[in-house]
Amino acid sequence: MQFDSFAEFIAMGRHGFYVWLAYGLSALIIMYNLLAPLLRRRQIIREQAQRLRRERNRSSQVENNDAPSA
Amino acid sequence: MWQWLVRLYHRLGSPKWFYEITEKWIPWLALVSLVGGVAGLILGLAYAPADYQQGNSFRIIYIHVPAAILAQSAFMMMAVAGAVFLIWRMKMAAWVAKTIAPIGASFCLIALLTGAIWGKPTWGTWWVWDARLTSMLLLLFLYFGVMALHQAMETEDSGHKASAILALVGLVNIPIIKYSVDWWNTLHQPATLKLTEKPSMDIDMLIPLLIMIVTTYTFFALLVILRTRNEILLHERKRSWVKKILES
Amino acid sequence: MSLVLATVKRDFLLAARNPGEWLNPLMFFLMVAALFPLAVDPDPKFLGKIAGGVIWVAALLATLLSLDALFKADVEDGSLEQWLASGESLYVMALGKALVHWCISGLPLTLMAPVLGLMLNLPADAYVALLASLLIGTPVLSLLGAVGAALTAGVRSGGLLLSLLILPLYIPILIFAASAVYHASIGMAYNGQLGFLGALLALAMCLTPFAVAAALKLNLSR
Repeated sequence: MQFDSFAEFIAMGRHGFYVWLAYGLSALIIMYNLLAPLLRRRQIIREQAQRLRRERNRSSQVENNDAPSA
Repeated sequence: MWQWLVRLYHRLGSPKWFYEITEKWIPWLALVSLVGGVAGLILGLAYAPADYQQGNSFRIIYIHVPAAILAQSAFMMMAVAGAVFLIWRMKMAAWVAKTIAPIGASFCLIALLTGAIWGKPTWGTWWVWDARLTSMLLLLFLYFGVMALHQAMETEDSGHKASAILALVGLVNIPIIKYSVDWWNTLHQPATLKLTEKPSMDIDMLIPLLIMIVTTYTFFALLVILRTRNEILLHERKRSWVKKILES
Repeated sequence: MSLVLATVKRDFLLAARNPGEWLNPLMFFLMVAALFPLAVDPDPKFLGKIAGGVIWVAALLATLLSLDALFKADVEDGSLEQWLASGESLYVMALGKALVHWCISGLPLTLMAPVLGLMLNLPADAYVALLASLLIGTPVLSLLGAVGAALTAGVRSGGLLLSLLILPLYIPILIFAASAVYHASIGMAYNGQLGFLGALLALAMCLTPFAVAAALKLNLSR
């Protein structure tokens, strides 16, 4: 361990601001790259499932309307 | 071995097979990336000895260098995928090329930002026209160009083809650009420290760096797989196997 | 071959009948160079130091202006389909179009550059280097620019996108050309830089027509 205490670790010998700024920004960008596809996946599944349900309903309606009346 | 690789390559061209096999790979990639990232960062931030001249600010290297390496190899991968699409019309290749672009651009941005932040305590200024940073900036512009071209074309297919052509032209140009910027920089370089340490690094400094580089690659694979699976779901939504997934 | 020659002749004729096509970029070139003393410092010593770079940047921008229209008309009026149907080599056609473009943009810029040199107090030693670098470098600008123009020919207001795509690729040319002029101005040798520009020209002539041909095929009516 290069640092004697946690406070020293954060301080990084006067360079703490720069080190943590660099890692913080990187973490933000990485988080965005991780979350964006996961959220998009959920959105796609939701939208396509809705679309499927709508098409099923529509086609079953059409079948019912086509049923010949005796 | 060779046979197995060829078969793997052809199988990956099938969206359904790709989707199913990556389902199994995702947890492993996530695990390796997490463990590797934590280990690399702990070793790099807390255990590696401080640099003689730069002090603790050199620790930014553990995110800056892997991101820079990845930004460059991602561009190559994107160009290769584009070439595969242009030559063999493999849809999967086009989708993979499309998904790599924003990810590669993100890593390029990380490299630029961390490089600039590293420059401030080292050289006293937020931005320097250092050869590496300048090349990274130009690489970012190339990424933006590819992404912009995708959006601008009228049909998706022509978007894929145009971006593939641009990526290939960019690929040929990247070594030329790097060389010219390096050359330019040697003429104008102020007499200051080099930004990154050469591989003749202390072993305690080198090991976390190697861990971080490998981790970044696995993380990149994870991100590409996640995004490509979305493309697959969207494009193959009419297929029965996708419908089963959507309904479950 | 005859189709390529016919197209080249037609384009020259069009440019001759429509002088704005090649005069406007020249005027732009002149005006951009004039902006710098106005915006920064008209001191001749200062201008002399930046003259080479400013002239080259102005040349880059002027070239980008004229690239937008390179293939647009051919895509819109169906000439592109005719080229493909004719069975003639798109590779040669690409070279022909780039040649025409250079003749109506790069070459006039090169010829006018000494005037800008005078305006910006370019050191006397640097004139030859300036002309040589422009003579070798502007064809590369046309060739690379043709790739961008072909890619964006079907895109509305593709001119700006074209600039975004092509500028990173222009950087090496800019670096070596400006360096050649600078080295000449301080009395040092600059054949290395010119040599590199020549190599870039050779590479561009061989490879860019492939990219142009592939990009043109994209713009067939969908």
